[in-house]
Amino acid sequence: MLASGQIKTLKIDGRDVSAHENQTILEVARENGIKIPTLCFLEGLSVRGSCRLCLVAIKGSPRLEPACTTRCREGMEVETDNPELHQFRKRILELIFAERNHVCSVCVSNGHCELQALGAEFGLTHVEVAYQFPNMPLDLSHDRFVVDHNRCILCARCIRVCDEIEGAHTWDMMGRGKDARIISDMNEPWGESESCTSCGKCVQVCPTGALFEKGKSVAEMAKQRQFLPYLTIMRGGKR
Amino acid sequence: MNVPEFFQKRIDAENAEEAQFEHQVHVCIAAGCASSGSNDIAEILEKTCEERGEDHPCRIKRVGCMGLCSRGPLVAHHQNGKEPAMYHSVTPDLAKEIARKLDGNPPKKNRLDPQMPFFARQKRVVLENAGLIDPENINHYFARGGYQSLNYVLEELSPEETVREVVTSGLRGRGGGGYPTGLKWSTVAKAGQGGQKYVVCNADEGDPGAFMDRVVLESDPHRILEGMQIAGHAVGANKGYIYIRGEYPLAIKHLTTAIRQARRATMLGHSVCGTTFDFDIELRIGAGAFVCGEETALIASIEGNRGTPRPRPPYPAEYGLWGKPTLINNVETYANIPAIFREGGEWFANIGTETSKGTKVFALAGEIENGGIIEVPMGISIKEIVNDMGGGVRNGGTCKAVQTGGPSGGCIPAQHFDSPVDYESLKKLGSIMGSGGMIIIDQKSSMVEVARFFMEFCMSESCGKCIPCRAGTAQLHQLLDDLLEGRATTRTLPLLEELCEVVRRTSLCGLGQSAPNPVLSTLRFFREEYEALAPAPDGKATDKVTV
Repeated sequence: MLASGQIKTLKIDGRDVSAHENQTILEVARENGIKIPTLCFLEGLSVRGSCRLCLVAIKGSPRLEPACTTRCREGMEVETDNPELHQFRKRILELIFAERNHVCSVCVSNGHCELQALGAEFGLTHVEVAYQFPNMPLDLSHDRFVVDHNRCILCARCIRVCDEIEGAHTWDMMGRGKDARIISDMNEPWGESESCTSCGKCVQVCPTGALFEKGKSVAEMAKQRQFLPYLTIMRGGKR
Repeated sequence: MNVPEFFQKRIDAENAEEAQFEHQVHVCIAAGCASSGSNDIAEILEKTCEERGEDHPCRIKRVGCMGLCSRGPLVAHHQNGKEPAMYHSVTPDLAKEIARKLDGNPPKKNRLDPQMPFFARQKRVVLENAGLIDPENINHYFARGGYQSLNYVLEELSPEETVREVVTSGLRGRGGGGYPTGLKWSTVAKAGQGGQKYVVCNADEGDPGAFMDRVVLESDPHRILEGMQIAGHAVGANKGYIYIRGEYPLAIKHLTTAIRQARRATMLGHSVCGTTFDFDIELRIGAGAFVCGEETALIASIEGNRGTPRPRPPYPAEYGLWGKPTLINNVETYANIPAIFREGGEWFANIGTETSKGTKVFALAGEIENGGIIEVPMGISIKEIVNDMGGGVRNGGTCKAVQTGGPSGGCIPAQHFDSPVDYESLKKLGSIMGSGGMIIIDQKSSMVEVARFFMEFCMSESCGKCIPCRAGTAQLHQLLDDLLEGRATTRTLPLLEELCEVVRRTSLCGLGQSAPNPVLSTLRFFREEYEALAPAPDGKATDKVTV
């Protein structure tokens, strides 16, 4: 075996590409300018494979595989988009929009939201499944930040950045199924959290308006993520 | 197989003990009978027998499951050289009568015929000791040949030969998937370069209506310890975990006792059977999450993390507990192992069908006359199980369908009851073997309601990690609810079908991928019931059918 790991060649959407043994389909696709939609994935954080938007079809495999966690294999033939995948992705986005109270017009992240952008990209003009309208709370106890569970899509980026980059592990998840919800410390108000360093990384990585800075009004909460690649390099490489 | 001296001594001791008693009365104290008061019955029997005096000794044996759980408490009177007399629904009065009349005329009341198909058609491999031994007494297990397979494997077989024997047997995973056990063992045996490995027993049985694993663990816990250790020898592991659900307190108690007794008897721990093989087993108790039966979620839970699945590959065989190669098998799979090594893999491969070898334990539940646990050879027809052994539908109703495989399975309608029970045939019918739950559904039941019941189960047991399962099952449940509550529109049924496909194809783990199965299989065979509840596509409402 080569010291640097073996190099694989594969096809993505009919294009011949090369990959390191440890690279995922998503990494190689992005390297080659092939777009695969993602939500829970964020470069610099560990992969989770939970939003299911990056599912791709692999020739010879009966199952759809998430591009973010699937490693490249020699001779693999990957299809990143087809009518079926498109329809699945659209339905998944629909399920997210209907699950909690995603009301863009009054959201702090209106115009800066990854979910909203994907909805627009997929032409999601209306939602066919039933809106659930769950009664979700807001936590305003922190001096500088707010968590609005109505906008949360449970991507766990906040949990991962807090644990892996900041090292505080303030966030985690409790409950299961549709009752799952992110919590700070042992389900205490965020403002009373002893582990929180108030670094704000969770706020910046949040794809929607679930975590935002106090004082931001509708459409004002643009997220700043320049710090992430720098910090991951400083911490000794990619995760 | 020659019986080594160590074992012969223990067998002789137990036989000598038993020979002192002319009568032995077995009382089932497994959870099914215990819930109908069998512990009190055992005490009454003991008291009454004491009154008989020392000239007529009698032993009351608290044993595991005898099978016919729906008619508990069950009592069996064993007398030297005679066919045992079995009694069902034993009341305190009947218990006294049984104990008083041990020598003379046994009471005729509530007698069970041991030749009834429920018992006579069974083939017991996994349950060979259930109902015959006291699960909390290791000597009873020794007397039935226990731990000799382990000793034989450790003394005579190399790890490769051990794996080969399992491959020969053709055993397939009994947890539901039916993955070839030998292949799994050889994969784990080859994984990692001589480092730490683990053996895990999945005892997180959670399908509604399924209780096979509970019965095995409550009735014959040493069997699992023996099977796991043989697996440990085969794959090169020295540490095992049994992940058992917290809702099985009696099984946990029996396992804890078994582990302690096995350690003391050098059948577990350091130098097992006096060889150089070390193996220890710990219990891990689940906290009530169904998804922890999924292997990657189970691993996360043992590690002390939130019990959520992760994408595979890497498979646990390569990257399991704490990143080490890990063998995960179901309770029933391990329970087959001691018998395979005692009788040989060829013997096992001769039972069952071409692709599905051996026997399978089923839990009969729902609207059935004889509810309980049976063990039958693979390939037996559903008709034989339901009509002959199960005695048909309770109170003379007619059977509409049988639900197999729990929330991941499907409903098989009565017209397909001639189909054999094996992995492939059930799959062809849109269901799965699953872990072995069989729920009998009668004509009065609505299949849409059955589907809604299972969807509600999946919805509340979804871990919430991936979106299709978390939000999709909630939407599917709502659509089924709309149908049943008269809120359906012309779009309800098409949307239901489309969402089923989305959830099935895009969910992260087996729970989500199989959650639509109860809907899909009832749609396949009972579509008219759905259509009767939905407005016709032309917009005109059909007559509401109430079921």
